Amino acid sequence: MWQLLQIELFKIFKRPRTYISFGAVAALVGIIQLGLKLDGNMYIEFMLRDLSASFNIEGNILNGYLVCYIILQLLLVHVPLLITLIAADLISGEANMGTLRLLLTKPISRTEIILAKFFAAGVYTFMLLIFMAVLALFLSMAIFGTDDMLNLKSGYVVQLKSTDVFWRYVCAFCFAALAMLTVASLGFFLSIFADNSIGPIVATMSIIVVFTILSTLDIPIFNAIKPFLFTTQMIGWKGFFDVKVNDDNQAIIGSIQNPDRVLKAAGILVFYIVGLLVASIVVFKKKDILS
Amino acid sequence: MKKSIIIIAACVLYQLTASAQDANALIKRVKAKLDKVNDYVAEGSMKTDVVFIKAPAGKIKVYYKRPDKFKIKRDRGISILPKGGISFNNSSLLSTSNFTAILAGESIIDGTKVKLVKMLPGDENSDVVLTTLFIDEANLLIRKTNTTTRENGTFEMEMKYGKYAEFGLPDKVIFAFNTKNYKIPKGVTMEFDTDEPAKTMKNKKGKVEINYSSYTINKGVANSEFN
Repeated sequence: MWQLLQIELFKIFKRPRTYISFGAVAALVGIIQLGLKLDGNMYIEFMLRDLSASFNIEGNILNGYLVCYIILQLLLVHVPLLITLIAADLISGEANMGTLRLLLTKPISRTEIILAKFFAAGVYTFMLLIFMAVLALFLSMAIFGTDDMLNLKSGYVVQLKSTDVFWRYVCAFCFAALAMLTVASLGFFLSIFADNSIGPIVATMSIIVVFTILSTLDIPIFNAIKPFLFTTQMIGWKGFFDVKVNDDNQAIIGSIQNPDRVLKAAGILVFYIVGLLVASIVVFKKKDILS
Repeated sequence: MKKSIIIIAACVLYQLTASAQDANALIKRVKAKLDKVNDYVAEGSMKTDVVFIKAPAGKIKVYYKRPDKFKIKRDRGISILPKGGISFNNSSLLSTSNFTAILAGESIIDGTKVKLVKMLPGDENSDVVLTTLFIDEANLLIRKTNTTTRENGTFEMEMKYGKYAEFGLPDKVIFAFNTKNYKIPKGVTMEFDTDEPAKTMKNKKGKVEINYSSYTINKGVANSEFN
């Protein structure tokens, strides 16, 4: 199994298209950081305009923690599209090149092949997220410094002590890994049905776009299905950046406002991952390989 | 008839003058007590209670220098303090002599008899419209103030005294103020969840509570601390 995984990883990282995602993430993070460095105060003034009407706010507001939060908000919607490029190509790419039949002639079970390819997609996803974490969090901390983090939500502001932020990012990235793995699972599952890469890549992207639109639309008829869409649960990482308050309305350091909701979101994503993986194994085992 | 009107008018005028003189004398005595402090550095903790802010209690350092330099600094971290010219100290309130003071009766705060003094600023352009002081005459301490401003609404400040009462410095200050509404469109904050109940926040009072643990009095404070 380990050898199979190594082979699959070798295949993934041998292809130039793998590095498009890393390049795109680096470029996007860099652009956001540059924009915020040059003109971030305008952005902060805009975001704080209601709060500034009643309060004087002092400190390094646009610090590395807030910049990372802004980056994650913007990127975690689009990174799934980059993950799709690899995950939706894993089986269909082999079918397209005619190597799938050859691969299946080896004395390895189809389940092992699927698991090896799926784990390879998972490794790629984690590596992309670690790369993003290094750029978005650590580089931002180096460029913008650190301080308390002001999480400006629609209806209220959460002030997180600088000593209470880092563990939240660790949790948020772990959650994001689950979210991205869900996308990888979907792309991987769809790649079983096609003989070329374009179909499953476009299909996965389309599903993500449609689900994202449904998740964002505030129309009552869609509210019933929203909790079951993985795109709704993918933003659950934000839950780590809200805190509980005590009877005096003081934020409780180290707390999470709705841990149950975060766990529920993670549970739904795990359900998607396991479901799609099992479905991939079942379908692939029954599939008549002709290419 | 004419005579009695003149007598009544004279009585009212006398009463008003006497009231103003009493109020001015009382304020002078309070100010003399506060003037024993040229500067101080105080340490303590601050709690912010505003309906749309979730902030942890934090340690603060407070710097004061006569006549009206005052600064609160959070010990590491971002500080969110209510806006307005009124700072959290009594000396700043009495730093100017350009006001008219009138005695406006008596009241009781926490079992202590206090005199109400209304202060009207002499400067027409002053942001402060009216300040009411609740003065404990026996101890020459300001127990409570109520200030109405043009731009920043009404502030209320309650003081509790302890071991620094001889300098007129409180151990605890509760500062209450009006807050404006806070709202950022969900599209900007990228929040898509709809199951959060909307909070009613309009016209809510905010509160900042400062508990002083120690004062270092008259040891000098550099001007750079107020930048």
